[in-house]
Amino acid sequence: MTLLRLDDLNVHYGDFHALRGISLSIDEGETVAVIGANGAGKSTLLRTIAGLNAATSGEISYRGQPVDRLPAHRRVALGISLTPEGRRLFPSLTVEENLLTGAARSRPGPWSLRAVYDLFPLVEERRNRIAARLSGGEQQAVAIGRSLMSNPALLLLDEVSLGLAPVVVDQVYAALPKVVASGTTVLLVEQDVHRATAVAGRLHCLLAGRTALQGAVDSVRYEQIVAAYFGQAEAA
Amino acid sequence: MNLVNAVVQGVLLGGLYALLAAGLSLIFGVMRLVNLAHGAFAVTAAYGSLTLVQHLGWHPLMTLAVVVPVFAAAGFGLQRGVLTRAATRGPLTPLLVTFGLAVIVESLLLTGFSADSRTLPTGQLSVASVRLTGTVSVGVLPLLTFAVGVVAVLGLQWFLFRTPAGRLMRATSDDREAARIVGADDRRVFATATAIALGLVAVAGVFIGMRGTFAPSSGAGVLLFAFETVVIGGLGSLWGTLAGGVLLGVAQLLGAAIDPAAGVLAGHVVFLVVLAVRPEGLFPKAVIA
Amino acid sequence: MRASRTTPFSRVSAVVLGVLVAVLAYAPYAVSRGTQTQLVLLFCYVLMGTMWNLLAGYGGMVSVGQQAYIGIGSYGLVTIADQMGVPAVLAVPLAGVAAGAVAWVTSFLVFRLAGGYFAIGTWVVAEVLRLVFTQVDGLGAGAGVSVGAYGDLGPAYRIAVVYWLALATTVLSVFGVYLLMRSRTGLGLTAVRDDPVAASSLGVGVAGAKRLVYVAAAVGCGMAGALIASNTLRVQPESAFSINYTAVMMFVVVIGGIGAIEGPILGAVLYFLLERELSHFGAWYLVLLGIVVVAFTLVLPKGLWGLVAGPRRQVFPVGLTVMRS
Ligand SMILES: Nc1ncnc2c1ncn2[C@@H]1O[C@H](COP(=O)(O)OP(=O)(O)O)[C@@H](O)[C@H]1O
Ligand SMILES: [Mg+2]
Repeated sequence: MTLLRLDDLNVHYGDFHALRGISLSIDEGETVAVIGANGAGKSTLLRTIAGLNAATSGEISYRGQPVDRLPAHRRVALGISLTPEGRRLFPSLTVEENLLTGAARSRPGPWSLRAVYDLFPLVEERRNRIAARLSGGEQQAVAIGRSLMSNPALLLLDEVSLGLAPVVVDQVYAALPKVVASGTTVLLVEQDVHRATAVAGRLHCLLAGRTALQGAVDSVRYEQIVAAYFGQAEAA
Repeated sequence: MNLVNAVVQGVLLGGLYALLAAGLSLIFGVMRLVNLAHGAFAVTAAYGSLTLVQHLGWHPLMTLAVVVPVFAAAGFGLQRGVLTRAATRGPLTPLLVTFGLAVIVESLLLTGFSADSRTLPTGQLSVASVRLTGTVSVGVLPLLTFAVGVVAVLGLQWFLFRTPAGRLMRATSDDREAARIVGADDRRVFATATAIALGLVAVAGVFIGMRGTFAPSSGAGVLLFAFETVVIGGLGSLWGTLAGGVLLGVAQLLGAAIDPAAGVLAGHVVFLVVLAVRPEGLFPKAVIA
Repeated sequence: MRASRTTPFSRVSAVVLGVLVAVLAYAPYAVSRGTQTQLVLLFCYVLMGTMWNLLAGYGGMVSVGQQAYIGIGSYGLVTIADQMGVPAVLAVPLAGVAAGAVAWVTSFLVFRLAGGYFAIGTWVVAEVLRLVFTQVDGLGAGAGVSVGAYGDLGPAYRIAVVYWLALATTVLSVFGVYLLMRSRTGLGLTAVRDDPVAASSLGVGVAGAKRLVYVAAAVGCGMAGALIASNTLRVQPESAFSINYTAVMMFVVVIGGIGAIEGPILGAVLYFLLERELSHFGAWYLVLLGIVVVAFTLVLPKGLWGLVAGPRRQVFPVGLTVMRS
């Protein structure tokens, strides 16, 4: 069943046309990766789905209902949760408080403080620490945990590996299968193509705001991805 | 002994200042907005209470039941209708708008109530007192005011740190956009903060009216005292606010004990000294900021 | 294409302004004393508005304590001219310097407060000065003092002298602000105001420029205070340090247009006319002023001048305009 459907989505920042006619459909239970170079529009896409940016035209429907006009906080209540680029924890709140804010519009589901701590044992050790004093990897784990606390049906992960050491990225990604296993649909942005192809079933490659390539991971060739990523004319 | 008395009275006055400062501090802490109409609103609450006292024969304390909810609702509306717009236009706009509001409110009070000084009649309460030692006795009303100030600060502390709504308010203050993605209606959160702040202002205003006199032009002084309390205590620290209020109150009353004309000046001087030697305030732990 | 400050519009306006100043300078020979006294007030509004605009519009500092420097200027005139015997023509700028000196000292205190708290901090300073002057017996304490500086001039001559003094002070101050804003410092401040992040990354020195602006605005307000005292011949702490002066400045800048040198001039003229027509409504007049400030701030943040101005339509061209030649 289709969970999210984008239809000819256009987004502007003032005069700047950031997303140009993006169409995308995600089924329940899928993991889809959005890839593309810096500035391609990946974050804009996720932010628009979450309701932080308004689309200039096009339609976003979620479980068959249009959600374009809903403010971000209402979309959370419907089960759309964004783990934003740069993590954006609440710096003056403790780790546990950060997680609890995630439950502000919680829906029934498997995720709770306990479940998040089980997923990231390190986070539990830091539960009373002020978020500003965490390492990047810890912050990322808390940010994902905060999203999970709302029991999302659709989890939007924006560059969870940004600025993290490869070992730490491995730890963060190790949690993903458990999240997917809990029934959550995941749309993730990842710059690292290898990682993206490792976790996602489908790829959606953006180039300067346009869809350059999309398809099941095992149906696209690596050269195709590279070409779409960098905008070269596809080599034969 | 006169000085001991001044100190005791000053401490009690500090509770009132803490009450006033809590509202200013909350709005600043949550929204980074300095409400220059804070004092004018407090004075308006005193006039609101006076009107109820005169027309319905209520005790001023009873009028709190009406004045406080009305002010809270007005605060909610003010945030939704005016301040939200102002806040998106850069840092100057809220100051111009709230200063304009202060002028409007003060002038309206002037047309409605004349420039005469008024007071809220408290009956028995104004004379009742408790003897502490042989020469020091404290009025029940100042004691009550102090208690209300302490309870307000404690209550605010509890709300912000022990309730989900308070947690979300601090979160929204930290990062408005991030708050939206965890499901906070940021505009509603801000409006709620303003509502609480104006509710506190209303309580403070009524107590100002019961403890002394007020006139339409009293708002300026009230704003300055609230502000000095916040800065002396340390921006964003609620406990500091209480300490700041006490220090300011003691300074004013000690000053006045030495020279009746120098009370307010002594308070200002203490504020300037704190600003000069310890600009982060006495308790600089940023708690709501 | 070439980059230029002046435009055809600014060149024409410069000529018009020159003629206007010449006509105003001739006025004492042509208009009544009462009118001259009124015009002095208008000049003071232009001066005060220009200073507040310098602070808020260019320096990004909202002060609600500029009455501190009005008061210092008023008392400065009394002290410098009456008590020290300096000729009034010199006493007015010296009173401004005195205000500037006080501002320089207080800046080290109030600059520790940011944004809105800076605003209230300046107000506290003004209140402290008011309370102090209420205690100074040598200056009449709470009752205030009369200004005797112009005593040996006849009334007609005195009024004309004050008029010329006010005109000259105002014209020079506006021109001075214009030059300041064209200077490196001024352009740096404008850059900070328009984009703090970019400006700081370009290494624009903000703190020094802000202090300069704060002191300069105090000098201007001090001279305005000295002129007001010269006009009314009476200085009294309650009125000399009244918050109403700051309210007037704010009003003048907000309706005229913040961040443009033309704005407060236009605003001062409008305020002057409004006051003449409506001030007998008393408190309701003040309600109206408050509503206008709020409404303009929210609906027309660039003021009335913002409706007129464009990059090529500036009387005082501060920035560069790229022109096709
Ligand atoms: N707030 C903004 N205002 C203006 N332009 C923006 C803003 N945010 C992003 N952009 C621009 O939109 C484009 C897409 O940005 P983004 O979605 O962040 O890209 P990505 O996440 O793929 O790196 C970029 O060119 C970026 O400069
Ligand atoms: Mg991005």
